[in-house]
Amino acid sequence: MAKLLAVTIIVIAILSAIPVVMNTWKAPADISTHGHLIDNQMSDTMVEAGVSFLAAQILLAIFIWQFSSPRTDGKVKTFPGGAKGLVIAAIVLVGVEVLALGAFGSKAWAQVYFTPPGVDAMPIQVQAGQFAFYFRYPGPDGKFGPLHPEMINEGNQNLFGLDPEHDVDSRDDIVTAEMAIPVNKEIHLLMHAKDVSHSFYVPALRIHQDFVPGLDLSLHFTATQIGKYEIVCSQLCGLGHYNMRAYLEVMSPQDFDDWQKKQAAAQ
Amino acid sequence: MHETSAAPAPAAQHHGPPTTFISKHVFSLDHKVIGLQYYGLALVAVFVGMVLSWLMRIHLGWTNAAIPGLQAISPNGAPGGVITPEYYLQLMTMHATLMVFFVLTTAPFAAFGNYFLPIQVGAEDMPFPHFNMMSFWTTLTAFCVLISAFFVSDGPPLSGWTAYAPLSAIGKVAGPGEGMGQVIWATAIGIFCIGQLLGALNFISTVLDMRCKGMTLSRLPITAWAWFITSCMGLTAFAVLMPACILLILDHVAGTSFFIPSGLVINDQLLPHSGGSTLLWQHLFWFFGHPEVYIAIVPGMGIVTHVLVTNMRRPMLSTKALLYSMWALAFLSYMVYGHHMFVSGMNPFSSLVFSFPTLMITIPSTIVVLLWIGSLYGSKLRINSASLFALGFVSMFVSGGVSGFFLAQPSLDIMLHATYFVVGHFHMVMGVAAMFGIFSGTYFWFPKMTGRMMNETLGKTHFWLTFVGTYCIFMPFHYLGMAGNVRRYASFTDDYLQRLIPLHQFITIAALFTGSVQLIFFYNLIYSRFRGPQASANPWEGTSLEWIMPSPPPWNNFGGKDPIVYHDADQYGVRTSTGADYIMQNSPESAVVVRDGD
Repeated sequence: MAKLLAVTIIVIAILSAIPVVMNTWKAPADISTHGHLIDNQMSDTMVEAGVSFLAAQILLAIFIWQFSSPRTDGKVKTFPGGAKGLVIAAIVLVGVEVLALGAFGSKAWAQVYFTPPGVDAMPIQVQAGQFAFYFRYPGPDGKFGPLHPEMINEGNQNLFGLDPEHDVDSRDDIVTAEMAIPVNKEIHLLMHAKDVSHSFYVPALRIHQDFVPGLDLSLHFTATQIGKYEIVCSQLCGLGHYNMRAYLEVMSPQDFDDWQKKQAAAQ
Repeated sequence: MHETSAAPAPAAQHHGPPTTFISKHVFSLDHKVIGLQYYGLALVAVFVGMVLSWLMRIHLGWTNAAIPGLQAISPNGAPGGVITPEYYLQLMTMHATLMVFFVLTTAPFAAFGNYFLPIQVGAEDMPFPHFNMMSFWTTLTAFCVLISAFFVSDGPPLSGWTAYAPLSAIGKVAGPGEGMGQVIWATAIGIFCIGQLLGALNFISTVLDMRCKGMTLSRLPITAWAWFITSCMGLTAFAVLMPACILLILDHVAGTSFFIPSGLVINDQLLPHSGGSTLLWQHLFWFFGHPEVYIAIVPGMGIVTHVLVTNMRRPMLSTKALLYSMWALAFLSYMVYGHHMFVSGMNPFSSLVFSFPTLMITIPSTIVVLLWIGSLYGSKLRINSASLFALGFVSMFVSGGVSGFFLAQPSLDIMLHATYFVVGHFHMVMGVAAMFGIFSGTYFWFPKMTGRMMNETLGKTHFWLTFVGTYCIFMPFHYLGMAGNVRRYASFTDDYLQRLIPLHQFITIAALFTGSVQLIFFYNLIYSRFRGPQASANPWEGTSLEWIMPSPPPWNNFGGKDPIVYHDADQYGVRTSTGADYIMQNSPESAVVVRDGD
């Protein structure tokens, strides 16, 4: 039975590794300028994790096979080097490995979070509320009008709580249910939550940020491929959480201008 | 090797033998009965939690499936037997709450710890038997309060076991179950915290004050240490969760705004709250929540080590290194909690700061795994149900732990946060591994607790089907996560998730199968309790003090005569005058260690 367990462990370990090696279920293709840093880090980590996983499972299996009863003769033997060798190996090898992962991985994180958006980045405001994302563009004046939460009225389609009657800057703001952006243009996303916590997750763009009620947060990114992608909510926000999604359309600059004009006319 | 005792004389702690049915089996002061009561509670909780997971998995694989009988149980939650999105989240919240608190914290720690800690230190009972009895009944009360959430009009909360504010704080405007259900949940957890604090008090003082003559700290069995370390964590962690729950309840019933900022609008109504912090809940919860997952696993590590050492017929390569690693895990567990909050909106620099100890915690985790594996080398491993589950624990802990390499890095968390990758990680490293620890402890200690042996054929069958089955369920979770499958979704409507539904269906079938297999274990428990073959005092040839007493033990453990201890619990692989390869802790015989080349 010990030998069967050993074989089972090895089979399970190999079968588990196959879909990873074959990339059977993988993230959507990366369409961002920073995503390759994350993807490379993911691959590096996968190699280290994979090797550790397979080595540990195989070693466990080999020792189960070799050292199970019945063996009434012979003495108990000690692993060469004893505990000292293993502890030192753990501290040195694993210590170096995880420090390296941490050091290299922080570069991708810094790219997303520590670098400010460029001065030419296009600002888009996004509001998350049960159970939809809404987007606001500043319009030709380039300014967002102030928000008045007490004026939010979904029945009247005043989704952001704007007061164009009194706030000049709000008059040309464009509010949409889907997000369109020009390709290869840096976007500065300004995020706030209307009611409870939500999250902005765009797997294709390699970005992920919670919306925190009470906090104004921001992200910046650049999309490099034209197409239609999904923005999904990943922070449990209530019964409609599974369905809370918006589409992100990455367009050519010309198409984006046309889209924006059309949206402005429809306000 | 003789050592004179440096331990203090045990505090006088005598309660007379129980005489009535009530004092023997219901309101018992006996730590052994209390331990069994906790075990029974955990059994009920795991059954309910498992059924909830079946309902969740059926719905995820086949969203429009009408489940027979469900409409009768919950006409609002499952009209026509089809689970609504809110009911899915409510089932999920209760599944997780039951499993984390009433199974994983209760069985390895409160159940086995209560039963065996006093015995293993050589005491007649814990120093505060009345507190101990209260801790069980408090925990049972918490369980009943929690279950009552199913029966209020709107049902249980849907905010997950993590209950993030403001969803969990603003009341029923947030969704079904968020009114009364959430208050009931927070009350139940608050009561649970009290039970845990009382229990931790007893465990800590048992180890410090109740050790018999000769039982120095260095001679404590590893399980006793594991329970002691866990209690220290419990005291500090639950002491933070309890006030957090109180503040949450106040936000619901007293109009406070601890977790609710101003300017929130829901259903077109501006909420009247202001001044609170959304992230405050997360900090409080995870300061508890991360140590909690180590509270769930450290007793299992102790149990598995204890079982493996007995069945390998040799001590660990270094019990000291294992012990220091467990302390390191406990200590570091308080430093890493922010890794649950990498993209939460806290300062992104904090994320890097929390990432560092999270990566470092890999080191003690690796040490314990290498010690288990390295100790197998050259051993005389005996295969039985208990040792199979112990070995399975090691495999599971490796599998579940390795995904931690990814989640510890904020840059990768960008892709993996709140996906099934996280769900796979914690189910394997905490859920399944701890369950294997519980199974291993059960098969190992059942003979002592009941005086009868469990059926080995059924036990081995239970192991094989569960081992393969749990891998079939939880390994694919990682693939789903890598593909970006967000968690806590009642169904998968997004375009990019459609191709993953067949994998979900495979997981559901594996889950239903593996869940059913647990009936074998349950049957074995009941059948063996009444019809199992008689067990001797020491069927596994163990060294620690539980094996010196009859099976089952008398009410006062050592018959009124405290044992005297001469050795640690690691005297295996030794030469003795009787030809046995082990020396029990209370034997005055000197140990002659027999190793390579002797």
